[in-house]
Amino acid sequence: MTDFTRAEVCATAIADAFKDDGEIFGSPMGMLPMLGVRLAKLTSNPDLVLSDGESLFLGGVPPLFAKADVVEGWIPFRRVFDVVAYGKRHVMMGATQVDRHGNQNISAIGDFAQPKRQLLGSRGAPGNTVNNRTSYWVPKHSDRVFVEEVDIVSGVGPKRAREAGVGAAKYNDIHRIVTNLAVFDVLGADDTVRLLSVHPGVTVDDVVAATGFDLAVEGDVPETRTPTAEELTLIREVLDPRTLRDREVPPVEAVAS
Amino acid sequence: MNGTPRDKRMTIDEVVASLEDGMTIGIGGWGPRRKPMALVRAILRSDLKDLTIVSWGGADVGLLARAGKIRKLVYAFVSLDTVPLEPNFQKARQEKSIPEIVELDEGMFQTGLLAASQRLPFLPMRAGLGSDILVNNPHIKTVASPYADEDGNVEDLVAVPALRLDVALVHLNRADQHGNATYLGPDPFFDDLFAMAAERTYVTCEQVVDTAGLTVDTPVQRLLLNRMMVTGVVETPNGAHFTNCAPDYERDEKFQKAYAAAAKDDESWTRFEERFLSGDEAAYQDAVREFHDEEQTR
Repeated sequence: MTDFTRAEVCATAIADAFKDDGEIFGSPMGMLPMLGVRLAKLTSNPDLVLSDGESLFLGGVPPLFAKADVVEGWIPFRRVFDVVAYGKRHVMMGATQVDRHGNQNISAIGDFAQPKRQLLGSRGAPGNTVNNRTSYWVPKHSDRVFVEEVDIVSGVGPKRAREAGVGAAKYNDIHRIVTNLAVFDVLGADDTVRLLSVHPGVTVDDVVAATGFDLAVEGDVPETRTPTAEELTLIREVLDPRTLRDREVPPVEAVAS
Repeated sequence: MNGTPRDKRMTIDEVVASLEDGMTIGIGGWGPRRKPMALVRAILRSDLKDLTIVSWGGADVGLLARAGKIRKLVYAFVSLDTVPLEPNFQKARQEKSIPEIVELDEGMFQTGLLAASQRLPFLPMRAGLGSDILVNNPHIKTVASPYADEDGNVEDLVAVPALRLDVALVHLNRADQHGNATYLGPDPFFDDLFAMAAERTYVTCEQVVDTAGLTVDTPVQRLLLNRMMVTGVVETPNGAHFTNCAPDYERDEKFQKAYAAAAKDDESWTRFEERFLSGDEAAYQDAVREFHDEEQTR
């Protein structure tokens, strides 16, 4: 039975990452995270605070890229920094590289002094990871993303945070890494990335093969839960009627053909 | 006299003529939003060199980097949003054509400006701890809290150094001739902080109005800059182009796409420069209008 797509599994897995957060600012970077966070607000966590990604807190839960309907607050960039330090925020960022210890890189590939490929810059990753709950979304899981050591540490994993002292470790909270193949946390031995579940149609071996470091795998790894009928209706008819999600995570059949 | 403060109106070229080689210049706005692009273009036309540029960067950084104006760049990101990676910035980094690079966390950047605006040497924060921001910027130190936390631990925090500016360049929607200025879009960004971190601030705006006009249909909370923070005022309609300046105009996505495409190789960049950047601001605006006329008839 596959009457759901891989993108829809990813959306519900992302939503699950926010289900226990309570009344905090859910801050997604990228399309699937935006879909997942909005899904969480409509299902598991109606107390989540959402923004339009610009400067407004949304009273309602509009479809992807729709204009705000009801506005419930003002969140210009300066106030985002305030909320980061205040701590009531869970951000899901992208990651060009993630390493065994859950460090993330969005700054540059190669040597910092003269990178092979300059990326965005570290943006808010250093501050996010020592202040508020942080998760990562990786739409294309590969051993180019999951590397033994990131070239530049933008987002700080738990081990480095601890080594940097209590000021860094106190609020370091790397919660989930969701990819197109699986879900992870960083609670493996020695603060390493640990496999929590594999998406339907994916094996543990697939994930291990696509990961460039020694992945913590403990016992029988369960399958990521499948979306409910209610969730599928919300995704397809309310939040993403234009199926934008398939652009970020193409249907698996289409990839195979 | 009648207590009227002085008239600070000037031209773009007068602003740029007041700048000097080697200066530290903060550029307001955020990424591809409400950037003082008319002033950036004027700097491109000038002989200014060896600048230290401090910016949450967009095409302002890309253009100045491509023109070889930057000796030192202080940034947290450089992005055009819909074109995530700024091609001219990428090129400059990958060719190592900017001699000195300071990459900060984007919140550290605010803290650095705040420290400068308060004439403090630094302000503490967590951002940076454990990350390569501190590895790649050995000049940034940590400081031990003089107060133990609730568990009796002493926290080391980053002592974010003040980002002092010689000059801040910002673009707002409306200003009066004295330098009071309002933002009419959804986000003030950090233009007031840039202004207060700088020795001198030049504000360009879509329209200069009289002082009473600033609040005639606009809440007083939108007055972001007070004249005591401002050295000079320039009216530059469409002066933030091709970044957005809501509600006056949105980002010019078509033009931005053409900019990004042109940056890909030297030949197309030379053509772009000749077409858009070889004349003065009026010539630029004419060339942009012509660009859109052509796009429409395609």
